[in-house]
Amino acid sequence: MAAKTLTIDGKQISAEEGASVLQAASEAGITIPTLCHLEGVYDVGACRLCLIEVKGIPKLLPACTTKVAEGMEVSTDSERLRKYRRMTLELLFAERNHVCAVCVANGHCELQTLAYSLGMDHVRYDYNFPKWGVDTTHRLFGMDHNRCILCARCVRTCWHVEGAGTKNVAGRGSKSKIISDLNQPWGHSESCTECGKCVMSCPTGALFRKGSTVGESERDRTKLEFIVTAREKKQWNA
Amino acid sequence: MSVNLTNPEQPPVKPVAEAKHPSGDKRFKILEVHMKKLQFKQDALIEVLHKAQELFGYLEDDVLLFISAKLKLPPSRVYGVATFYHFFTLKPKGEHTCVVCMGTACYVKGADKVVEAVQNQLKIRAGETTTDNKVSLLTARCIGACGIAPAVVYDGTVIPRQTPESAMEQINKWVQS
Amino acid sequence: MTLNDLFQIKETELFARKKIVLRCCMAAGCMSSNSKGVKEQLEKAVIDAGLQNDIEVRGVGCMKLCCEGPLVQADPQEALFVKVTEKNAPSILTAIKGGKTDVTQADPHSAFFTKQLSIVLANSGVVDPERIESYITQDGYQALHDVLTEMTPKDVVETMVKSGLRGRGGAGFPTGIKWGTVAKSPGAKKYVICNADEGDPGAFMDRSVLESDPHSVLEGMAIAAYAVGADQGFIYVRAEYPLAIARLQTAIKQAKIMGLLGAGIFETPFHFNVDIRIGAGAFVCGEETALMMSVEGKRGTPRPRPPFPAESGLFGCPTLLNNVETFANVPAIYRNGAEWFANIGTEKSKGTKVFALAGKIKNTGLIEVPMGTPLRTIVEEMGGGAPDGGQIKAVQTGGPSGGCIPAEHLDTPVDYESLGKLGSIMGSGGMIVMDESTRMVDVARFFMEFCMDESCGKCIPCRAGTVQMHNLLEKILQRKATARDLALLEELCDMVRNTSLCGLGQTAPNPTLSTLRFFRNEYEALLQPDAHGPRSTQTETTTK
Repeated sequence: MAAKTLTIDGKQISAEEGASVLQAASEAGITIPTLCHLEGVYDVGACRLCLIEVKGIPKLLPACTTKVAEGMEVSTDSERLRKYRRMTLELLFAERNHVCAVCVANGHCELQTLAYSLGMDHVRYDYNFPKWGVDTTHRLFGMDHNRCILCARCVRTCWHVEGAGTKNVAGRGSKSKIISDLNQPWGHSESCTECGKCVMSCPTGALFRKGSTVGESERDRTKLEFIVTAREKKQWNA
Repeated sequence: MSVNLTNPEQPPVKPVAEAKHPSGDKRFKILEVHMKKLQFKQDALIEVLHKAQELFGYLEDDVLLFISAKLKLPPSRVYGVATFYHFFTLKPKGEHTCVVCMGTACYVKGADKVVEAVQNQLKIRAGETTTDNKVSLLTARCIGACGIAPAVVYDGTVIPRQTPESAMEQINKWVQS
Repeated sequence: MTLNDLFQIKETELFARKKIVLRCCMAAGCMSSNSKGVKEQLEKAVIDAGLQNDIEVRGVGCMKLCCEGPLVQADPQEALFVKVTEKNAPSILTAIKGGKTDVTQADPHSAFFTKQLSIVLANSGVVDPERIESYITQDGYQALHDVLTEMTPKDVVETMVKSGLRGRGGAGFPTGIKWGTVAKSPGAKKYVICNADEGDPGAFMDRSVLESDPHSVLEGMAIAAYAVGADQGFIYVRAEYPLAIARLQTAIKQAKIMGLLGAGIFETPFHFNVDIRIGAGAFVCGEETALMMSVEGKRGTPRPRPPFPAESGLFGCPTLLNNVETFANVPAIYRNGAEWFANIGTEKSKGTKVFALAGKIKNTGLIEVPMGTPLRTIVEEMGGGAPDGGQIKAVQTGGPSGGCIPAEHLDTPVDYESLGKLGSIMGSGGMIVMDESTRMVDVARFFMEFCMDESCGKCIPCRAGTVQMHNLLEKILQRKATARDLALLEELCDMVRNTSLCGLGQTAPNPTLSTLRFFRNEYEALLQPDAHGPRSTQTETTTK
């Protein structure tokens, strides 16, 4: 593979052809905030947190789906980008009911962590306070739609890693909802393999293991990447 | 509005497969023949849903499961697609439907007042059906009949230049029938 | 099928043509006013009068003056009968024989008609959309023949580049360059898609073209397919257009029987098939990547570009996507030459544009004018101004992605650049006239509600941002908002415009921004004093 040289935030780096700007940045030790991105499953460019400025292109581009190019000049942390990221988070916090203090993911939540790191200290929009339910019909797991940010990481994991296709997005717009099978209680789902990968993939406390407390809810996401890499590179031969 | 997806001039395809649905409902057989005509292709899902809605009036869970099994798609995928598009409905519609176009041209010419009048009269909101299952009130994004705004579709027939009064008149005919 | 066969069909048609043709509009607008019944009664009246050898009653497509429908026009007398009812049929026959009639007539030489220049709509209201012979009589499919037998695909692309045609779907991307990109993309399988998911409320140009002249779109698609090397086409039509779907199905079937679609067209190795895909009520599917998802039978959610459809589109293959009106322009360009087309319009916007004129205006209907025609000509001369002596306040173009142009800018020529400068867009061609009774904040709220409902929900700025912008507009309308809320709204508009994934979100703030630009006083009049003092400036400093 040919290498491409580019600059990210003034730093000269080289990356493999075909790599995303996000990969290239992370290899060079530059962190770009992400939310819908998950190592191991394909990217969709939906959360818009990883937007970057590329010299010569008027539009902002998502780092996760933008491929590196020779001579590209990328800026990942401008004042404008930081402002947009804070606003994106504000919109998320106002959209559903995110109450960190009583959340199983408190302390291990990507949404919370991002809000801290990006300095989003208050929400200026009116909270929507929608009435979303909690599905605790599953033997092992629960789903609290109030904490869902619709990143669809669970959907992608369920389909592309586990291959079960239990989860999907139903409805559209702000009424979108993560469903199991035909929008039935998760516990009644016939396709769910109870593998728990969706719980691993969830960035917030929307999907959780039953009986989990705040202290226990640390997730091992590297497993997903490990499985996919092992499969692709045929390293794991039975 | 119903859309006829099959070509009426084409000879009906001979049913080849036996009805596989335990309910014995013949419509499942027709739906399966239609899917077979589309070679059970997964990318034909929307076409199949159109046909199913035409046959059953709405998409009940049974129908969605049947489609999911035949097209070999996860049920969640079929449900996700069916709920993404506004044309598909998962609840039964009333005997009569009144679709008020709420496109821009109709809106600036008072379509909102037509909706309001019908809502008040039937005591339902747009998107709902009366409790006696007689009338469903729906709004449309734009039916492309802007030259004759405001337009209302009564049971599939587009009627031009509607007013709150003319709409109530039509609704009354239905309610009293 | 050979060129000779085409000529033969044309001659037979011309030979059989009767002295007088009564054209009845059979497009969806007039059909809803019972034009079908009118046509049947006219046919009956002709037989009753024993004139069936002299008079042909022909069902045709849109005759443009939709507000006066049902329309009937007599050739060669030119008399245009309006608001015709079934009872009028005998009286119309009397009139064309030179007698007196009480049926209302419109002036076919009024500005509404004479200021039009028809390329896309040339056959609309003239040919019978349900008979391919009628299209062939207007030299239909000759351009396809010439392209297939005399030009290389490269020449075809070059001609398109020279013509200067730009995409009529809204964004105005040069069509020739798009064709060239798809042609150059490597891949054994390529697709051509016609976007007929005309979702903008207030727009019905594409519906009229499909209902009135479906073969011009098919011919355009076939020429495009030859240029880019595709063998399969799809037309994605809204489910809300049942008549357009039916006419397209008929047209495709007839073209297949005649060998104008399918294998070995005009005895060349070129083969091309067209299938119809029916939408299911999702505005976002007008966005090209969402449309392709929908054609694949999936949820119509857009995906980031690049890769562009020209490189990786439908089923991962290079795909050419153009709008109905764009394809309908194609046959005329190859019939008359790129230079002919490039001579029409302005320097950067060539050709004509079809607009659907609606709202608070006397003459509503379909118009086709050369690019660069001032808005005033369209609205005042052709449209006849506001009805009942009202005052025009603004013209909305581009639907939920466009903006409101205030009356003082009516002298703006309609072309991509001029409308863009005013914060609006050409859009697909919806043009809604608003008079002084229209409240602009309400208009902004109406469009925001539209975008909120139609947001697919995939990306956060559009999904959650439209909800918040709608909340703020509601708040302003209810007189509960302060200057701080207005500042929040403006900030959100900027953010959603710059960060959304697809065109829907990126343009959703446009109606709000344009009304804020030209009618800010209407917003400010609704604001309440801020109990906490004027802190709007402080909001700015904390966020910048």
